[in-house]
Amino acid sequence: MSDTSFISSLSPARRAIFMSLGFVLVLSIVRIVTNTDDLTSSGTVSSTLRVATPILLAGLAGLWAERVGIVNIGIEGMMIVGSWLGGFGAWKWGSWAGIALALAGGALVGLLHALATVRFNVDHVVSGIAINILAGGATEYLSIIAFKGNGGGESQSPTGKGGYGTFDMPFLSGGHIGNWKSPDMLGWLENKHDIPLVPDVAAFLRGVSSDVYIPTLLALAIVPLTAYILWRTRWGLRLRSSGESPRAGESLGVPVVRLRYQAMAISGALAAFGGAYLSCVLTSTYRQGQTGGRGFIGLATTIFGNWNPVGVLRGAILFGFPTALKFRDAKNVPALLLVTAIVLAGITIVLVVRRKNLAAIGSAFGAALALFTWIVVDEVPSEFVAATPYIVTIIVLAGARQQLRPPAHAGQSYRPGENH
Amino acid sequence: MNRQKLQRMLVTSASSVLAIVVALIICAVILLITGKDPVKAYSTLFGAAGETKVLQGMLNRATPLMISAAAVAIGFKMNLFNIGVEGQMRVALLSTAVIGGAVNLPAPLHIAFCFVVAMATGALWAGFAGWLKVKRNVNEVISTIMLNFIALSVVAWSFDTFFRLDKEGESTSLLVKTKDLPRSAWFPDLVDRRLNGMLIVAIVVLVLFWVLVWKTKFGFQLRASGANAGAARATGVNPKKMVLISMLISGALAGLVGMRALMGDVHAYQNNLAEQQGFNGIAVALLGRNHPVGIFFSALLFGFLGEASGRLQLDDIPKEIVTIMTGIIVLAVVIINEAVKRWDDRRIQRRAAAMIDEKMVEAAS
Repeated sequence: MSDTSFISSLSPARRAIFMSLGFVLVLSIVRIVTNTDDLTSSGTVSSTLRVATPILLAGLAGLWAERVGIVNIGIEGMMIVGSWLGGFGAWKWGSWAGIALALAGGALVGLLHALATVRFNVDHVVSGIAINILAGGATEYLSIIAFKGNGGGESQSPTGKGGYGTFDMPFLSGGHIGNWKSPDMLGWLENKHDIPLVPDVAAFLRGVSSDVYIPTLLALAIVPLTAYILWRTRWGLRLRSSGESPRAGESLGVPVVRLRYQAMAISGALAAFGGAYLSCVLTSTYRQGQTGGRGFIGLATTIFGNWNPVGVLRGAILFGFPTALKFRDAKNVPALLLVTAIVLAGITIVLVVRRKNLAAIGSAFGAALALFTWIVVDEVPSEFVAATPYIVTIIVLAGARQQLRPPAHAGQSYRPGENH
Repeated sequence: MNRQKLQRMLVTSASSVLAIVVALIICAVILLITGKDPVKAYSTLFGAAGETKVLQGMLNRATPLMISAAAVAIGFKMNLFNIGVEGQMRVALLSTAVIGGAVNLPAPLHIAFCFVVAMATGALWAGFAGWLKVKRNVNEVISTIMLNFIALSVVAWSFDTFFRLDKEGESTSLLVKTKDLPRSAWFPDLVDRRLNGMLIVAIVVLVLFWVLVWKTKFGFQLRASGANAGAARATGVNPKKMVLISMLISGALAGLVGMRALMGDVHAYQNNLAEQQGFNGIAVALLGRNHPVGIFFSALLFGFLGEASGRLQLDDIPKEIVTIMTGIIVLAVVIINEAVKRWDDRRIQRRAAAMIDEKMVEAAS
């Protein structure tokens, strides 16, 4: 029995755990071989989490929109609105008000997109582009009106008030119970650098359980919540049916139009939360251009995650990881090339076993290229780190199409009661 | 037949004008809410139309918009979205600055050579998206968005690593450029330092666009594929070939978009050169309804708004109100088009029904 059939015999949840462990093992080996302790340190893990959270929220925004049948190119614009409102609210009333304001404003922009695409049957891409233009213009305009001369500038808000609590898990990561500081067991394990795998797993657990902002936890909680709502409730089933086959749903009495408005309000609010995360949580000021294309990385994440919440989380972490490594120390990044080479070599073996020769050749070539680059270069240019999500998405779209399953009706024109 | 055509043209132009009026009204409300005087704002904005300098600036700004709108419109004609004009333009800018700067040719030849390089690079970058769609069935909206960002990274990296020229002794942080193009590759001005001759090229592009789309077999097949893909295929149009060819043409035009800035103005590549001119073509094409005449006038409008908006700051009104206006125009024009189309359909249905009724009455009597 081959290795692949063993993996495919596992349940999805176990398979995910098994494969994540495999990935951590690869990271662990590379860490020891290249002597890059920071590759899997808890510091790297928690900064990956911070980089990945806004991407995750943008990706979930894409997921909610496309699952109900609407393509949302306007995620970037909705994030811009969220980052502005977050900065404004945090400056006026405090940090939580910033997030609340962003959620409300984002929902409104989402409803505008729904109004254009559902009520007026505007092409989804065109409406999304218009929203991006509008959001950019409106925030720049309002910044000058609201911030300039009030402690901020033409393109920057004044510093926001208040912060957010952080969370440390007691006993595992040294969290406090009352005034008593519990032991930091994972921290102790993490420092046993000579052992493979154990410190890496400890660092991962410590990274996600110590010094975590409360809004990060909220964002992470949206992943299982989305999975539950969309796949385990009646409302979610109807919502997805609107994205797969609205006419069939309509004939069974599913209120397609209303569902599309509801889902777009959620999509807009999630994207705006991602924007506010940048202006309220990671920093405490809104800056023009702060979102920096993360809305489009989110779109890529929706695709990479195969329109599944867990997949979107995986994509956000994968896309955030190189950036987080680069932030901590640019010297860490080349080790990722070795990781890529090993992972691609693994994929090549799987493909050979499955007799997919052409794909195997491509994958082997990629592995060789990554290995060669790792041997040759000392530093990876930051431009390439920035371009990774886009390159990966194109490769996935071109190479693994059979595995991708977008909602059948996403982006198509639909008018209730027509074309039966 | 001719009357019908005229009627349709009037309706189309009227709906575009209506979209502009709607945008003006909404922006006036926004100005009022934020405590600015809309009357003053609009009189400053449109009062600038009398100045030669503003009009020259308008034409300069409209030049790349006409070309990028044509690049977008050729895709739109067959329901193909090329969102990647910006990226294709950027790749073409650097390659033309480098390759065009490396050769020495007599003036008209050198300019032609630069155009060929720009168009070839743009077509190559767009062709990749076309290939992905034809061979791997990848949606061109996604692939061109991704390729935009990849273009940004690749161009920024190769410019920084290989081609940037830091003049010794001068401050290097502010003006980082490639080597200057030789004089023979500079595109001449119509009015010295005020109005560049690329305007003529842009108008020629629009004329050729009209000929290609409305007067050739390819254009007919293109429009047929857009109007009804199934019917077009049934009459022997190869949809894959159409996608690939229109993507290549679109990319070639995208390559030309930045040439006013490169060959007519800065004469070297620098970061931010011609920034946003590829994106803005989308709005121009939508307002111009993908027709050369419409594109010409919308490019003039957006060029004017961009040029005159600076004046608003003298009245303490942020010039970004013009960006808001652009977004509202895009949204309004597509909404109004859709409404008009539905109204038109109903009108035709009603007329047909009336005619049938008449015939029935005749037959009965």
